[in-house]
Amino acid sequence: MRGAMPGPSPGGPTAALTDAALTITVNGEERALPGPLPLSEFLAGAGLDLRKVAVERNEEIVPRSAYAATLLGPGDSLEIVHFIGGG
Amino acid sequence: MDGMTAAEDAWEVAGRRFRSRLVVGTGRYKSLEETAAAIEASGAEMVTVAVRRVNLSDPGAPMLQDFVPPDRYTYLPNTAGCHTAKEAVRTLRLAREAGGWNLVKLEVLGPPPFLYPDMPATFEAAEALIKDGFQVMVYCADDPLAAKRLEEMGCVAVMPLGAPIGSGLGLSNPFMLRSIIENARVPVLVDAGIGTASEAAQAMELGCDAVLLNSAIAHAKDPVRMARAMRAGVEAGRHAFLAGRMPRNYAADASSPMAGLIR
Repeated sequence: MRGAMPGPSPGGPTAALTDAALTITVNGEERALPGPLPLSEFLAGAGLDLRKVAVERNEEIVPRSAYAATLLGPGDSLEIVHFIGGG
Repeated sequence: MDGMTAAEDAWEVAGRRFRSRLVVGTGRYKSLEETAAAIEASGAEMVTVAVRRVNLSDPGAPMLQDFVPPDRYTYLPNTAGCHTAKEAVRTLRLAREAGGWNLVKLEVLGPPPFLYPDMPATFEAAEALIKDGFQVMVYCADDPLAAKRLEEMGCVAVMPLGAPIGSGLGLSNPFMLRSIIENARVPVLVDAGIGTASEAAQAMELGCDAVLLNSAIAHAKDPVRMARAMRAGVEAGRHAFLAGRMPRNYAADASSPMAGLIR
């Protein structure tokens, strides 16, 4: 899926904050985006298996069906979670 | 156990039917392989899971679902680590989106060292979750009034603690557990505190519907073998409960007949 994104991966560790058109927060860490980006493209660029994660934007659940229509903007805060072992 | 008995002795929660009365956690194992082997050996059909941030620097890392498939085991997402009602509700909304499951385990805990259930916050979270369409199995204090109130609010199961989470101390108050069980109209699971198989059997002998444990298996020297022991302990305790124990006599009563004794 990484190949689907033109240019550097938006979720990649090499994206430079200074060149960014906007920054968002993902799981507590700042990330640079080249510009407004659909959530579906961000997730694909991050290499995640979308069937196994859930996403919250600004403390609101984003249903899977809305990933493509959800445009990430400046200051957005994402939580991306999955299931791990627990008691 | 013969096949007929096993088939007849199922229990139900929120319209789902289970033959295994052992519910196990998936945490604290050395590896996902060990997790899978221990859960398989336990015979459990329902497992608790936690909801956490994905590691974006290693998105291809193996995931729990690859080892404990959700189409084989009923996932019961928990709210472990949540200390407020708001955090618990947020976590389970994410779990519902990730897995599509409404059946959840609510636990809102007080501070260390006891992580005792915070009942006011638990009531608040239970109310919000039920209003939001969740089917809530709730970890609670071994308090008959709290358990009854949670049932009346609409929780689908109440799960009083045997002893603090991860303590392995066994059942610290069997009398209160028994009174919760006797007064409940929803399934009662003894959750947390069980350390070894005899304690799981003891919980079942009190008449609870199932037992939920994690550390007792994961922290045993041989988790797979302890999983087998827990399975056998739960089955033994259930049989003993159904069979009905003999009364306690405070004097001896010989088992061999006195008639025909040689003189």
